Amino acid sequence: MNITHILFWFLSALALVSAMMVVVSKNPIHSILWLILVFFAISGHYILLNAQFLAIVNLIVYAGAIMVLFLFVVMLMNLNKETEQQKNVWMKLTGVIAGGCFLVSTCNVIFNAQSVSRELAGKTALMKEGSIGLIGTLGKALFSNYVIPFEISSVLFLSAMVGAVVIGKKD
Amino acid sequence: MTLLTLDWILLIEKLALIIVIILASLGIALYTTFAERKVAAILQDRPGPNRAGPFGLLQPLADGVKMFTKEDIIPSSASKWLFILGPGLAMTAALMTCAVIPWGGTIELFDRKIDLQIADINIGILYIFAVVSLGVYGIMIGGWASNNKFSLMAALRGASQAISYELAMGLSLIAVLMLTGTLSLGEIVKQQQTGWWNVVYQPLGFLIFFICALAECNRTPFDLPEAENELNFGYHQEYSSMKLGFYLFAEYINMIMSSAVMASLYFGGYDIPFVDDAHLYASIGNWTALIQVGVLLTKIIIFIFVFMWIRWTIPRFRYDQLMDLGWKSMIPLALFNMVVTGAVVLLKMNHWHF
Repeated sequence: MNITHILFWFLSALALVSAMMVVVSKNPIHSILWLILVFFAISGHYILLNAQFLAIVNLIVYAGAIMVLFLFVVMLMNLNKETEQQKNVWMKLTGVIAGGCFLVSTCNVIFNAQSVSRELAGKTALMKEGSIGLIGTLGKALFSNYVIPFEISSVLFLSAMVGAVVIGKKD
Repeated sequence: MTLLTLDWILLIEKLALIIVIILASLGIALYTTFAERKVAAILQDRPGPNRAGPFGLLQPLADGVKMFTKEDIIPSSASKWLFILGPGLAMTAALMTCAVIPWGGTIELFDRKIDLQIADINIGILYIFAVVSLGVYGIMIGGWASNNKFSLMAALRGASQAISYELAMGLSLIAVLMLTGTLSLGEIVKQQQTGWWNVVYQPLGFLIFFICALAECNRTPFDLPEAENELNFGYHQEYSSMKLGFYLFAEYINMIMSSAVMASLYFGGYDIPFVDDAHLYASIGNWTALIQVGVLLTKIIIFIFVFMWIRWTIPRFRYDQLMDLGWKSMIPLALFNMVVTGAVVLLKMNHWHF
């Protein structure tokens, strides 16, 4: 049990507990704050895998920008426990079925992985070494092998941005 | 017992460095509040605080005692834990920035080379961005948890302002990164020690970065979150005692840290101007590092003075003007700067042939 293991178990527990709290919290603001904590734990995992760039970008983009916008919307809607309306029974039923389907497929993936894992048995993920997640390697990969998908996805972002401006514009 | 195989000496060394840097930033922030009042006084042709101690030098301590001894009120309708969390988050985010700033060269002590930088991670500048973007939560959570409409409005203003100006800041930064080819602040400073400072190559980029830093620190003319004539007192209206003190203090620490980042990125960091630092190391050894720290502090103080000068000179923007400036002037200018820099860097790589 070295320090990497301790950190791994701590971060995993933190991520699971916070993710649970996101669902359980009555107050949507608290849910969002727990979700931010989940992102922190996941960033911690990235750092353990020596993917510093991914870790930081995860924090900047998700915890720093997207969650702020989530908070924005929820704060403006002023959702409180008292004003939360009772949901339709059918709505709840659909939610249960959809969640159940997701659970089944996730379990399927895990069990399949177990049969695959015989050849991976005894192997662990690269910890604290390897340069796959460092920014230099990532940049070279993105701009040489994957340059076309990368550029196309940036065009996608641009079109989304133009769409947002068009929708938001008062005429 | 071989429980944790760690380099304990390194750990102690870094711990000592962290404690020294945090205490130093707190001390400087304390006297920055004093300096702000003195600068305001000079600009407005009045004496300023001069009662506590010689020249009023004990004024910040007196203010601190006042803050600590005031009654700490938590409004009954506030969300209690978030109300406490808000100022703590603001302060933590402000202090966390200091981890990647290179405060000086290396010191040799007991055959160990000690870098005067807590962590030279290879994504240093992105780390600062992540921390800055987390600083918004301090304002937002505090403003929302107060359960006061004015606080909420101020918090929303603060958050949207911070997000808008972060974009232009990032874009102006990309130009610097293209020039230096690295994200590590230590490396950026080292490159400037031998050549020109980056501000020579990036005057427009520096101007954009500086304006965005003003906006990120909620300094005038961008202090919309605490516009007292529109919002009573801003996002910290319901706060009292040291919680309020934390919010006010975090602003000054943010100022120090953003000055340090600007000095490191554009003004050579701890580089002593007109002096070859390597030669100095050969002649006076460890003292060089201390002089370097002093030089960086001087640069920081000059920046802070400019911040204050601007505060007492320029009036506050209207909110739509602020957004217009951010989205319609800063971002296009930063994009232009980025494209030009990219073109020049490419041309230089091609030995000035098209």
